[in-house]
Amino acid sequence: MIDWLAKMFKPQTSSATAKERLRLVLLSDHLSLAPEVIEALRLDLIAVISKYVEVDESSCDVTFERQDSAIAMLANIPILSMKRPPQPPAPRPPMRREEATPSEHAGASIALTDAEASIAPPTIEVPQSTQPASVVISATQPTISSQPGPAPQPKRRRRRKPSPTVQPAPAQ
Amino acid sequence: MHDTQPATLAVPLAATSDFESESTTAPIAHVSAPTPASPIVEPVATVQSLPKTRGRSIVVTSGKGGVGKTTTTANLGIALAQRGASVVLIDADVGLRNLDLVLGLESRVRYHVLDVLEDTVELEDALVHDKRVPKLHLLAAAQTREKDDVRTEAMLALVERLRTLYDYVLIDCPAGIETGFKNAVVGADEAIIVCTPEVSAVRDADRVVGLLGNRIDVKLIVNRLRPALVRKGKMLSVDDVNSILRLPLLGVVADEAEVIVSTNRGEPVALVETSRTGEAYRVIAARIAGDDVAAPQVVEEQTFFGKLGGMFGGRRA
Repeated sequence: MIDWLAKMFKPQTSSATAKERLRLVLLSDHLSLAPEVIEALRLDLIAVISKYVEVDESSCDVTFERQDSAIAMLANIPILSMKRPPQPPAPRPPMRREEATPSEHAGASIALTDAEASIAPPTIEVPQSTQPASVVISATQPTISSQPGPAPQPKRRRRRKPSPTVQPAPAQ
Repeated sequence: MHDTQPATLAVPLAATSDFESESTTAPIAHVSAPTPASPIVEPVATVQSLPKTRGRSIVVTSGKGGVGKTTTTANLGIALAQRGASVVLIDADVGLRNLDLVLGLESRVRYHVLDVLEDTVELEDALVHDKRVPKLHLLAAAQTREKDDVRTEAMLALVERLRTLYDYVLIDCPAGIETGFKNAVVGADEAIIVCTPEVSAVRDADRVVGLLGNRIDVKLIVNRLRPALVRKGKMLSVDDVNSILRLPLLGVVADEAEVIVSTNRGEPVALVETSRTGEAYRVIAARIAGDDVAAPQVVEEQTFFGKLGGMFGGRRA
């Protein structure tokens, strides 16, 4: 829609159109002529994503798709399970306190409710056949680059003092 | 009694009896002039008799057909030869020969490259000498054969042999990227890509640049530019083309009617002193030869109405 409006108010010269078409067609020509580059890219992608999740390397697949005014790289990477990465820290969910025992939380990089803290660290099991999670990376101008945003910074929250209801009764 | 042999003088072979009687001053005793067996001196190279370093081999290619390779080869060959270099042009377009036609030498072609490669004739017999340009020779293509008839190793050997005989070996490459292209490129150390400012030509030129690889030194000529259309945004500019191909630019040649007329007549524009296109080719030839001159650019000519409009504050052409 925006493209159409832009074309209405700023007609593109045919030479500019030609230049843009040439850029895209040569990009796809070069990609189809360099299978070893695509293979190296696929392996690097798998290596990076494997730092955070366990993937099924044999089923990973990288293709390029021509969209209207861009070429997109589609990477289909089936995910088997989460890994607990040493870094970067995952975004903290908001803390909910019912019984406060700050000592239990000390040192945990992921803030969990007490109920959750008492059980084993969760693993997200995703059976490969039913729900492969895919990573879609699309590129527009001017080169192909993956668009993962920077890892979200964990929000800094001040530790709240335990509410009066959960304070241990002062020894009397 | 001593039999003294009559003194014989060493006389030149061309001596006549008159000369013999005049030249007797002091007899030279016992000099027997050896009669040299008159050797049939094989001309080592009748075109170039001095030993020299290897000449340069340049292939003129494009990928796309019809962009001006043959015209460029013909005119650059003439321009280089006019500067004093010895030049041989090879038409590698087997089956569809045109270099002889563009040069206006089509009536003088007797033998062709395949005749030489198959040892039917001597190289010297197949070379056509251009009477207008003394140091320019042409080796025409075979018209009734096919590109697959040429073996790549044989072509390489021929180009190597020609490099010992000439300063420049210019190879007119056929369109395409198959056998004809491979045979034309095999002997070349340098390449000139001829490209028109059109999408198909640029795409094909890009493919050819990829195929030529790193071994060959590649440069660009942008041909058939129409500056009026570039100004109106209807034609790719030289910068547009070269921002994609990214090659060193030898020069830009405009699309001029005089080139068509010259082909009609078989008189390449480089022969004409006053021709603007001929001048562009001469400057490009100078750059090829290593002269430090600027690449010829194409500037739009100001028409009368353009000037009039300019006077009234309109946009200058």
